[in-house]
Amino acid sequence: MTGVALAHPEGQETQRRRRLKANLGLADRVFRAVARGGGALVLVIMTLVGLFLTYRALQALRKAGPSFLTTQEWNPDSGEFGIAAVILGTVLIAIVAIVVATVLSVGVALYISEFAPFWLRRTLIAMVDLMAAVPSVVFGLWGAFFLQWKVLSLSRWISDWFGWIPIFKVNGVTRHDPLATETVYTSSTFIAGLVVALMVAPIACSVMREAFSQAPAGEREGAYALGATRWGMIGAVVLPFGKGAIIGGTMLGLGRALGETIAVVMIISPVFVIQPRILENGTSSVSSLIATHYGESSPFALSALFAAGLALFAVTLVVNFIAASIVARSRSGAVSEV
Amino acid sequence: MTLLKTEAYPRATTVAAPRTTIPDRGRPYGGQVRRRLGGFRKTDVFALIGGLAASLTTTGLLWSQLGPFTGWLGFVVASWLLFVATYALLVSFDEDRPAMWDRVSSVVVHSIAVVLFGVLAYIFVYTGWRGFRALLHLNFFTQDMRNAGPLDPLTVGGVKHAIVGTLIELGIALAVSVPLGLLGGVFLHEIPGRFSRFVRTVVEAMTALPDLLAGLFIFATVILIFGLDKSGLAAALALSVTMLPIIIRATDVVLRLVPGNLTEASYALGSGQWRTVWHVVLPTARSGLATAVILGAARGIGETSPVLITAGATAQVNTDPVNGPMMSLPLLAYTLVQNSQENMVVRGFGTAVTLMLLVLLLFAVARVIGGRGPGELTAGQRRRRAAASRRDLRRFTARTAADPAPFSSSTAQGETS
Repeated sequence: MTGVALAHPEGQETQRRRRLKANLGLADRVFRAVARGGGALVLVIMTLVGLFLTYRALQALRKAGPSFLTTQEWNPDSGEFGIAAVILGTVLIAIVAIVVATVLSVGVALYISEFAPFWLRRTLIAMVDLMAAVPSVVFGLWGAFFLQWKVLSLSRWISDWFGWIPIFKVNGVTRHDPLATETVYTSSTFIAGLVVALMVAPIACSVMREAFSQAPAGEREGAYALGATRWGMIGAVVLPFGKGAIIGGTMLGLGRALGETIAVVMIISPVFVIQPRILENGTSSVSSLIATHYGESSPFALSALFAAGLALFAVTLVVNFIAASIVARSRSGAVSEV
Repeated sequence: MTLLKTEAYPRATTVAAPRTTIPDRGRPYGGQVRRRLGGFRKTDVFALIGGLAASLTTTGLLWSQLGPFTGWLGFVVASWLLFVATYALLVSFDEDRPAMWDRVSSVVVHSIAVVLFGVLAYIFVYTGWRGFRALLHLNFFTQDMRNAGPLDPLTVGGVKHAIVGTLIELGIALAVSVPLGLLGGVFLHEIPGRFSRFVRTVVEAMTALPDLLAGLFIFATVILIFGLDKSGLAAALALSVTMLPIIIRATDVVLRLVPGNLTEASYALGSGQWRTVWHVVLPTARSGLATAVILGAARGIGETSPVLITAGATAQVNTDPVNGPMMSLPLLAYTLVQNSQENMVVRGFGTAVTLMLLVLLLFAVARVIGGRGPGELTAGQRRRRAAASRRDLRRFTARTAADPAPFSSSTAQGETS
């Protein structure tokens, strides 16, 4: 069925490349048609998701116009609505999450593929895969009922000592005041980001570990033979080999972090202004906006929600395409020449 | 050391690790004692203990006597930083710079692993600890919440409606997404070309589609346009949209692992593509496909946000997926902990534990089924395969004995029909 590549030395023009064509039986033709149909159906479903979001969003988008991207409030019924605040909140939560999750997942992937004792590896791999399947509502419960109250002192410490950096500033507190209440640090971008980080770290980690463990043994041994320490070997062989997977895993995690709903809803307290101070109470995200407002009755408000969903869809789609192309172009997974 | 190490790098979880065997050259070792290459030396241990002692005492002094520091979290962080610094200093007395960085990086990587695994294990423990009081009462699994008010004790009410709802929704979602997902995966693998490359790109991009948007899509089409109520069917469809790309992608990966010589042998014997797929490719990849489906199910079972938008909420057992709202476990956990009453929160955590146990069960099943690579058989499968082979042999010998001409025209054409 596949074409055979023929060499064409000079003087052989008389020989023409033969066309190879399989004479398919009825069963095969039916099978190929059904499989193509299945593929097309999948494509249609996936495209419909985008199309319907756009279709339902048009009403709101037409009314709002370009101000949809710059308005901070969310009052669709009075005509004042936009995604400036929610999309920035979403991105901030995702950035906090991905910074923490990258450190965690690179460390754990290195630990599993390079440091852990052999008898432990299979167990650890299974644990990471299991963690990637833990429902987000469980992370949300843990974050809202436990982590939130334990992190307050850390938030406070950071804002006390690093408050001069604008994103760590917290309004309405006096530095080092022992009697100050800590409620101003609850429900913040930082806490939501931490919880989301724990959710996406296993997902990113399993992508990275897969690539690290495929780093060619010949190159590893070459590095050791030249006198490298284990860390020298990792820096010279494993990390360059897994670079694509590190970036791709991070982007995959970023895609998940942008769309995470329930865990974020359970932690944050929504505000509809641009709030770049990540340690301070109050933030917002597109998915939590949709999850809390989907019950609204007016069709126009629903249309506005669909417009917000469309914006989220566009952002995640861009992130995913970038991730897919980086992973596909990297050397990770390529057969080693040694 | 490194030569021995190579045997234990698994290429992928589904492929058996390649084994390096050291040939026995029959040479006596002649009194040579095998040297141990790994392990600790005395100076390593001294540096570790010294660093630990120095950091703990210094931080203790800071926290109790000198500085305005409070809180155990700060104590741990500060002493860890101090430990890394002193340990690096102590090692640098004995070793050169690369060796020092090697030790420091080892400490850092080990700490990160301890933090992540510790936290993840603690999530399990914490949820179990908060929820176990609800699980102690049997009625938690045999009743629904219709009679349980906010102030009722834990002996009233349970999550039966959510368990039933989850199972029904998951069943419908699997019935939709498994055939379509497998077909899509087979399409990507069997009919390569520009179109299937495009489909693959779209599917890969959709793998990370926010779950909420899948729910929003079903909400926009099935509920708003076709006028179906918020129901189990709508939730199941939303879950199918979430699970479909996961199953397709996993199927695609699993089918790629089917050894090429098996399919080529099948083609060489004259069977067409359809017969090859049905009799060779799919059976060879069976365990991997089962794992793909189960992992998709594990992902789908825990999704809250699509269900939140499409299923509605109820406190009663509802076994009709088309009419009326249906509850599921993640949604119930989310709803219950919004309540301010302690018993409701305990029930919420108990629901979360039930959900985690279900995921754990699915995962264990996936490990048992999918532990083998494609083509690897269990003992029972090998026995059945051998028995079938013996049966064939008997059949062939009997036929040859009856009909001495071995290749008559009728048998040669048998496969083309």
